[in-house]
Amino acid sequence: MTIASEPNSAPAQLHDSVFLGRLSLESIPYHEPIILVTFAVAGLLGLSLLVWITRARAWGWLWRDWFCTIDHKKIGVMYMVLGFVMLIRGFSDAIMMRAQQAMAFGDANGYLPPHHYDQIFTAHGVIMIFFVAMPFVTGLMNYIVPLQIGARDVAFPFLNNFSFWMTTAGAVLVMLSLFIGEFATTGWLAYPPLSGAAYSPGVGVDYYIWALQIAGVGTLLSGVNLLVTIIKMRAPGMGLMQMPIFTWTSLCTNVLIVAAFPVLTAVLVLLALDRTVGTNFFTNDFGGNPMMYVNLIWIWGHPEVYILILPLFGVFSEVVSTFSGKRLFGYASMVYATIVITILSYLVWLHHFFTMGSGASVNSFFGITTMIISIPTGAKMFNWLFTMYRGRIRFELPMLWTMGFMFTFVIGGMTGVLLAVPPADFVLHNSLFLIAHFHNVIIGGVVFGVFAGVSYWFPKVFGYKLDVFWGRVSFWCWQIGFLFAFMPLYILGLMGVTRRVSHFEDTSLQPWFIVAAFGAVLIGCGILAMLVQFRVSYVRRESLRDDSGDPWNGRTLEWATSSPPPDYNFAFTPRVHDIDAWWDMKRGGYQRPTTGFLAIHMPKNTPAGIILAGISGVMGFALIWHIWWAAGAAFAALIATAIVHTFNLDRDYHVPVETVTAVEDLRTRQLAEAGA
Amino acid sequence: MPARLPRLHSLLLQLLLSLPLAGCDMVTLSPSGDIAARQGDLIVIATVLMLLIVVPVMILTGWFAWHFRASNQKANHDPDWHHSTALELVIWSAPLLIVIMLGAVTWISTHTLDPFRKLDRIAEGRPVPEGVRPLKVQVVALDWKWLFIYPDYGIASVNEMAAPVDVPIEFQITSSTVMNSFFVPALAGQIYAMPAMETRLHAVINKAGDFEGFSANYSGAGFSHMRFNFKGMDGEGFDRWVAAVRESNTELGRGEYLQLEKPSAREPVRHYGKTMAGLYDAVLNLCVEPTKMCQRDMAAIDARGGLGLANVYNVTRLSYDADRRRGAELPASNVYVAALCSLPSDVMASPVDPAFYGSRRLAP
Repeated sequence: MTIASEPNSAPAQLHDSVFLGRLSLESIPYHEPIILVTFAVAGLLGLSLLVWITRARAWGWLWRDWFCTIDHKKIGVMYMVLGFVMLIRGFSDAIMMRAQQAMAFGDANGYLPPHHYDQIFTAHGVIMIFFVAMPFVTGLMNYIVPLQIGARDVAFPFLNNFSFWMTTAGAVLVMLSLFIGEFATTGWLAYPPLSGAAYSPGVGVDYYIWALQIAGVGTLLSGVNLLVTIIKMRAPGMGLMQMPIFTWTSLCTNVLIVAAFPVLTAVLVLLALDRTVGTNFFTNDFGGNPMMYVNLIWIWGHPEVYILILPLFGVFSEVVSTFSGKRLFGYASMVYATIVITILSYLVWLHHFFTMGSGASVNSFFGITTMIISIPTGAKMFNWLFTMYRGRIRFELPMLWTMGFMFTFVIGGMTGVLLAVPPADFVLHNSLFLIAHFHNVIIGGVVFGVFAGVSYWFPKVFGYKLDVFWGRVSFWCWQIGFLFAFMPLYILGLMGVTRRVSHFEDTSLQPWFIVAAFGAVLIGCGILAMLVQFRVSYVRRESLRDDSGDPWNGRTLEWATSSPPPDYNFAFTPRVHDIDAWWDMKRGGYQRPTTGFLAIHMPKNTPAGIILAGISGVMGFALIWHIWWAAGAAFAALIATAIVHTFNLDRDYHVPVETVTAVEDLRTRQLAEAGA
Repeated sequence: MPARLPRLHSLLLQLLLSLPLAGCDMVTLSPSGDIAARQGDLIVIATVLMLLIVVPVMILTGWFAWHFRASNQKANHDPDWHHSTALELVIWSAPLLIVIMLGAVTWISTHTLDPFRKLDRIAEGRPVPEGVRPLKVQVVALDWKWLFIYPDYGIASVNEMAAPVDVPIEFQITSSTVMNSFFVPALAGQIYAMPAMETRLHAVINKAGDFEGFSANYSGAGFSHMRFNFKGMDGEGFDRWVAAVRESNTELGRGEYLQLEKPSAREPVRHYGKTMAGLYDAVLNLCVEPTKMCQRDMAAIDARGGLGLANVYNVTRLSYDADRRRGAELPASNVYVAALCSLPSDVMASPVDPAFYGSRRLAP
């Protein structure tokens, strides 16, 4: 069988057109029924959403109050919505892969040709990391951190809006690749030389590069923003060692973002230069060195793992402490563990390629540094354990996800340390054991953590709790589904089965893949149950309502204000005396001030962020398709818009004292009724 | 403790193996080559070491969660208890101890099982016998099949490799276009095959039989079928295999290699009775095509300070990737560096005298 010309790849054009670059009618994959159906369904859903918004006359409200908002809380909510939408896309990819691998044995080729399958596993990885996990984590930090430190917004509110829309523009480009052209067929880190112009001549890798570049700008700016917010905007009295632990882990995560993402940007620029102007950084010939790419991408890639998990460690700490009704055990030890992990995460990147022939001493060094990370992580686990000790544990939904995490994550941690032993990694690298390992830590750690956070802070955001029944259904589907989906992969990995394979000869492996596919279906039920949970909770919102603003008997400042909090978060900036400031205030007989309000200085909404990100998206699209004139025009427009925006001096306003008083009086009545 | 550890070890080992092993062949834990066997043992040892801490943690988690549930009013409740220096010492030092043990195991095993290191034994308690000459095999990962060259025998094969039992094998591994990973789970752990670079692997097969080998690193559309048969044979069987390959009258020279190198998948087994000497070196140096300059020659010129403007002539002779462009009939001309540097031939200095390349030049 010759694969010299693949029937399913977009036919390469001999000459780019000046006007449309590489883009032509041929770029739309209308000969692939699966994509066509997806397109039809997505189009229909999108259209009905648009019609619904139009009929509800909601466009103006959406534009003014949401798209242009600089309120960290609304931006946080939008990040979470983006995460959930992309989770559904990423999960669709997952279930397609599981179905293919459960079918394609012996003479059966399954339903996906390699060219399509290879795009799916690449898209799955890219989407789940960059457009699901990152928005979830950023969304949680965005919403909660300013509240926890008693601030009224982040340090740079406009930048926050811009960051969100840049992330969204990247997500839009990835989604677009489904219907116009193709996505990369290289795996989620796009190693050259495979991702170079010679071996991936299509637009797939360009979609990858520009989607990540644009989203990466958003991530970096949001990292700078939150970092400055935490350093500069804490309430008086809140020293570093009085910060809530979620804020601490957020601080460390944003340090990692600021230090790591420029490396990603740089390495993708180099790859883009190789592909578009013919430089030779990572080519085989002319002195290029693909190993340099592998090193650089993992110098970003390993800290990225901790960028994702650290804030969720913070969530688990908050949840365990709140639901055990007890102060966190070993706060200082927790903080130092987080800092140690932050620093060590830069000293382990080579463990992702022990098998590329570094010497034994280099391999052992990186293996042992990797193991050392398990010490602070283990200490954290014990700290949670001893927070539960002598507590009164309420197994509400957030605690349920946390328990799921504690049991699941230790297994993932253990297999991770196993992979850090270089000779063991020689056998397990690239195997399904590895796949099982990182899904074990990402689902068991990041995803469970996000869901713990969502169910914990949902009443803060919307003023009513989530429905418990559907929450439990979702949890058990996820937990059991995870075990079914990934335990067989551990075993397959030990049987020497490797990743990214679209067809197997050995039919004896099939039962394991069928079990794994069943697990994926269960996880799908978990996602569905969660959507049902949101709907049911919305319908039953009156009976689930919480007027107190503090439904869980919380410990940190976000519970000191109303649910949802007013635009300005706090009428008076709280004064902090201890760790767990709100707990301390409640114990000290805190009386909420009901008079003496002042006008509050707040930033103003602006459309500049969404416009700049929109232009960036157009520029990315033009660069992907080599429509040079459009790329140039978009770039000029980008600079011009940015300059024009700097002349907009109408950026802030004062919430008049009457409004503040009215809002706070309403709150006083609400509290009185809740108390009565 | 030292006396009890082996017993605990074997008990846990049996438990570990009996659970998932029911009905499947865990090749990585029961392989047929000494290196893979030692790597498999290491997986078990490391797992057991870690279970020493993971199991208590899981038990404690379950126990605390149950015992301190809100409805159990009899449980000791102390909402302000949040620090204990003694406990902190334990929770930091217990993982530390495990990591120290595991770190020692890692340091030693990483060095003894380094794929670049020559074998000192062929199995437990059996050092490499005196006078045994290792089998040399040069491996080239092609799109999407494997080429094995036996330089000492002057033969080669595609998608099939044979080796005599209990004889050390020395692999030299490279690739023609993109990264692959050479992996025979029954023989030894994997090592990447990368273009214009060479990795090495030292291993030995201890049992006769047919084993699966494949690329463990994704390399493009035909990757799933990039599999080969690894045959462990007794001495006589291997000699017969060599003789059979020699009988094939196809020869592997530059032309045949360039033909073979073109992307294809599910290739049948092929034997070459004769192989051009130095072919592997030419592959490694990206100069199988007679018109190309070898990378090592360019490196030698560069090491002597380059040739100035005259060297521009060499640029096109070093291009490699563009000629292997996948999925398109004609390359779009966007390789600007090469284009910019192609001067008209009349302004060009004469090609470099081959004698200048240095002594390590390839035999023609």
